[in-house]
Amino acid sequence: MYRKELADHLTSKRFLIILILIYATSIASLYGAISGLSEAIESDSNFIFLKLYTSSGNSIPSFMSFIALLGPFVGLTLGFDAINSERSGGTLNRLVAQPIYRDSIIIGKFLAGTTVIAIMIFTMGILIGTVGVLTTGLAPEMEEVLRILVFLIFTVVYIAFWLALSILFSVVCRHSATSALAVIALWIFFTIFMSLVANIIANIVYPIDNDYNAIYNAYDNYTLELNLNRISPYYLYSEAVSTIMNPSVRSINVVTMSQLQGAISGYLSFGQSVLLVWPHLTGLIALMLVAFTGAYIGFMRQEVRSN
Amino acid sequence: MKQEEQIIIQTQNLTKMYGEKTVVNQLNLSIRKGEVFGLLGPNGAGKTTTILMLLGLTEPTGGRAVINGMDCTRNPIAVKSRVGYLPDNVGFYGDMTGRQNLRFTGRLNGIPDKELDPRIDMLLERVNMQDAADQKAGTYSRGMRQRLGVADVLMKDPEIIIMDEPTLGIDPEGMRELLDLIWKLSKEDGRTLLISSHQLYQVQQICDRVGIFVNGNLVACGGIDDLGRQVQKETHFTLELKVNPCDDKLLAEIYRHPEVTHVDRKDNTFIIESNVDLRRAMSGFLGTNGYTIQHMHQRGGDLDEIYRLYFEKAGQSDEDNSVEKKTGKRWIQQRGKKAGKA
Repeated sequence: MYRKELADHLTSKRFLIILILIYATSIASLYGAISGLSEAIESDSNFIFLKLYTSSGNSIPSFMSFIALLGPFVGLTLGFDAINSERSGGTLNRLVAQPIYRDSIIIGKFLAGTTVIAIMIFTMGILIGTVGVLTTGLAPEMEEVLRILVFLIFTVVYIAFWLALSILFSVVCRHSATSALAVIALWIFFTIFMSLVANIIANIVYPIDNDYNAIYNAYDNYTLELNLNRISPYYLYSEAVSTIMNPSVRSINVVTMSQLQGAISGYLSFGQSVLLVWPHLTGLIALMLVAFTGAYIGFMRQEVRSN
Repeated sequence: MKQEEQIIIQTQNLTKMYGEKTVVNQLNLSIRKGEVFGLLGPNGAGKTTTILMLLGLTEPTGGRAVINGMDCTRNPIAVKSRVGYLPDNVGFYGDMTGRQNLRFTGRLNGIPDKELDPRIDMLLERVNMQDAADQKAGTYSRGMRQRLGVADVLMKDPEIIIMDEPTLGIDPEGMRELLDLIWKLSKEDGRTLLISSHQLYQVQQICDRVGIFVNGNLVACGGIDDLGRQVQKETHFTLELKVNPCDDKLLAEIYRHPEVTHVDRKDNTFIIESNVDLRRAMSGFLGTNGYTIQHMHQRGGDLDEIYRLYFEKAGQSDEDNSVEKKTGKRWIQQRGKKAGKA
C-alpha cells in the first residue's frame, strides 16, 4: 500500500507542479537573500549562512516565510482527495475487500505523503545550502547546519499537519472539490485572519482603550493575543522557526524590563534555542496527530458503500 | 452431518438497521459449496448490505454470518482472503495499466513476486483481455472494467466469489461472455458464487438457486423450478396464445374445456386462465385443424413471474410481515429437507 501510494505521488503531474512551484519560489527567495546579504552582514555579521534562509531581498520574501505560507498548500495538494477520490472511483470497496487491515490504507496514504514531503523539503533545504555555498563562498558552521536541520524537521512536521488535515477532510467530504475548498479556507483563515481575530478577542477581554486600562491590561492583553495566535499552526511554526534560525531571539514570551535587567546581549546557544521551541514542536506534532486520528477514526467507522 | 459441512455460507438472524430503518431483517440463508446462488430483489432491498456484512465491511446490528466456519464480523481478514468480491461499478486506478492494477492486488494478497506475472497472464487470457492489458485502466469501457474486475477477484484464487450486480450496464455480447465465465467459474473450478442482481433473465440462466429479497426480508428461496411450481400452485395457469386464423371456432374450443375460468382477447391474442396446463390439449387441437401458432407462452414458471408474484405479495402484506417470514422459512426448511435426502 505504502509503496503504491509513494509511486503514485512521485509519478503524478500534480506532484511535479507543486515541486516546480516550490523550487521556483525557493530559488527566487535565495536570489533575494543573496542580493540583500551584504546589507544584512553590515548590521550583524554572525551566522551569515542562516541568513540565506531568513533574510529577504528587495520585495522578495525570505525562504522561511515562503515555506510558512506555501507549505500548507503542498500538504493539501497531496492529501485533499486521498480517500474520496478512491470512493468515487470505485476503487475503495475493491481495496477494502482485500485481506488487509483497513487502517493500513489510511496509514499508508499518510506515511507515503509524509515521505514525499520529507524528500521534497530536505532536497530543497540542501539545494539552497549548496547554491548558497557555491555563490557566496561561505562555509556553514556546525551549529548552523544543526539549526538548518531542525528547521527542516519543523517544516516537515508542519506540512505533515496540513496533509493530515486534508486527509481528514477527504474522509469527511464526499467530493474532492468540497474537501479542497474546506482545507483552503482553513489555510487562509490561519495565515491571514487568525491574527485579526486574536487581536479582537484580546481587546474585548482586556480592553486597552484608555490610559488607565492600558496600564493595567497591557500585559494580559498581549499574552492572550499571543496564546490565541499560537492556536494557529501557521503562527506556531513561524514563531518556532524564526527562533531556531535566528539565534539572537532570546525569548518568545513577553519580557518585562525587570527581567531584562542585567541581561547580557548575546546569542543563544543551539541547545537553548531548541529548548525554547520544544513546546512548539510538541504542539505541532500533537496537532498533526489529532488531525490524523480524526481522519483515522472517521475512516474506520465509515460505511464503504460507493453510493 | 455431512450436509452441514457442505454449507459454506450461513447467516443466522442477520439484521442490519440504519437508525430506525431495518435494511436487512432476520436473514437466515444457507449456501452450499459449489453452487451459484442468486440474490434477487429490487434496488434498495438490502442485497448490497447483506454482501457487505458477509465480507465484514459493515457490522450487523444483530445475528451473525459465518463463511467456512469463520465469523465474518470477528475475523474479516481470514474471510476476505478466501472470498473474492466484485463490487458494482468496480473501479481501477486510471493512471495505472490493467496489468499494474492486477499486480497491485496480487501484492496486497501476499502473492510472491515471481508467481505474479505468470498468474496475471493466465487470468488476462481467461477474461480475454490480453490486448488491452497494457493500456491505462482509465481508458477502459465498462465491459472491460468488469472483465478486469473478474480477473482482479481471481488474483487471490478465492473459494467463494461474491458479485454485486455484475451484469449491470453491459451490452448483450459482453453479458453473454460474462455469464459464460461465471458458469465456468462455478462448474469447472468448483467455486461457490453469490450473485446479486435485479436482472432476472441473466440470473435465471446461471443460478442453481435464488433467494428473493423484498424490503430486507427473504420472501422466497429455492431452485427456480421449485419456485415456479410453487407459484403455479398458488395461482392459475395463464396461457398466451396467438394463432392464425383467429376465429370463433377456436374460441368455442377453448371454452369447451371445463377448467378454463376466463378468456381475454386482445387483438389476435387470447389470454386464457385455467386450472390446468392447457398447452398439450391446445396444440393438439390447433395442429389437427390447420391453425398456425404464432405465439404460445405459459405465464409463470419463469423468474419474471415468480418475481412479480412475490413482490405483489410482499407489497400487499406489508402490515402483516409475519406471514412473509413464514413463507420464507417454510421454503428454506423444505429445501433443507430435500438437500438432506439428496
